[in-house]
Amino acid sequence: MAAIYSLYIINKSGGLIFYKDYGSKGRMDTNDSLRVASLWHSMHAISQQLSPITGCSGIELLEADTFDLNCFQSLTGTKFFVVCEPGTQNMEVLLKFIYELYTDYVLKNPFYEMEMPIRCELFDIKLTQAIQKDRVALLGR
Amino acid sequence: MIGAGKIKQYSNILEKPLSKGKQEVSLSAFAFLFSELVQYNQTQVDNISELERRLEDAGYAVGARVLELLCHRDKGNRRETRLLGILSFVHSTVWKVLFGKVADSLEKGTEHEDEYMISEKDLLVNKFISVPKDMGTFNCGAFVAGIVRGVLDGAGFPAVVTAHFVPMEGLQRPRTTILIKFAEEVLQREARLG
Repeated sequence: MAAIYSLYIINKSGGLIFYKDYGSKGRMDTNDSLRVASLWHSMHAISQQLSPITGCSGIELLEADTFDLNCFQSLTGTKFFVVCEPGTQNMEVLLKFIYELYTDYVLKNPFYEMEMPIRCELFDIKLTQAIQKDRVALLGR
Repeated sequence: MIGAGKIKQYSNILEKPLSKGKQEVSLSAFAFLFSELVQYNQTQVDNISELERRLEDAGYAVGARVLELLCHRDKGNRRETRLLGILSFVHSTVWKVLFGKVADSLEKGTEHEDEYMISEKDLLVNKFISVPKDMGTFNCGAFVAGIVRGVLDGAGFPAVVTAHFVPMEGLQRPRTTILIKFAEEVLQREARLG
C-alpha cells in the first residue's frame, strides 16, 4: 500500500526542481512531470486571482476521484506538493517536514545553486527516511 | 532596576575573571556562514585542490587563535609539549570547545609511524553538505584539517593535515578522517625526550 504517489518541488518561476515517485501508480516520464509542475504553478496563481476572498494564498488541497493533491507554498514562493491516495490524512505535516529538510540539506549546501534542480545526496537520504516513517505511522493508524 | 547591584564591580579590569562566554552559537547561522565561505572560495579558484588549500588556510587562522585561547583559559598559560599530549588536547579539549563533543576516535596510523588519525562519523561542518559526484574526493572537512594544523603548528608540532572521506561498513554515509602527518623534526624531538 503506497499512500503517497509522487512528490514535486517547483521553484518560484514554475520550474520543476525535484520529482520523485513512490510505487507504480501515477508514475510519469520526465516531460509529463515537467508539464504537471508548470501547469500546477499556473493554476495555483490563477486560483489566487479568482478567489472570492482577499488575501487567498492559492489552492492547498485538490480532491479528485483517484487522487488527492496537497500543496504547500513557502514564503519565498517555492511550492511543495504531493499526489497521494484519496483521503490520506496529515499530508500538510509531511509537507512542512519536507520543507524543513529542504531548508537544511539543500539551502545550507554550498554546492546547490538556487532555483536549479536539486541533486543533494543527503536530502535524498533524509527524504526517503521521512517517507518511510510516514508510511509506518500510516499503517499504525 | 531588578538585579542592579548584583554584578560585582571590579575597580581594576585585570582582576575580573575571564568568563567562559556563551558556549554555543546557532547551528543554522554557522551552517549558512560556512556555506558562504565555501561558495566565496569556489569563485576564487579554478581547481579543487586550490579550494581545499584555501579552506585549510581559513581554518589555520582559527586553529592558531583557538590554541592561544584554550591554553590561557584551561591550562593556565601552559601548553602541551609532548606528542600524545597535544594530540589528546586536540581530540578532546579543542573538539569540545568547537563542536560540543569529543571526537569519535583518535588512532595511530598502522602503516607509518608519523601518522595519526582523528575520525568523526558526522563532522559538524559536513552536517548539511553533499559533495557533488564530479568533485571527486573533495571534503569540506579541509577547514577542520586547517584548524588542527593551526593548533599543532602553534604548539610547535608542524604537520601536514588532510581530510578524507572513509566509507564505513554498515553505514550509509562515509565518515571523515583527519589525517595528521607530523614533520620529521617532531618525531626526532619526541625520540630525544624519550
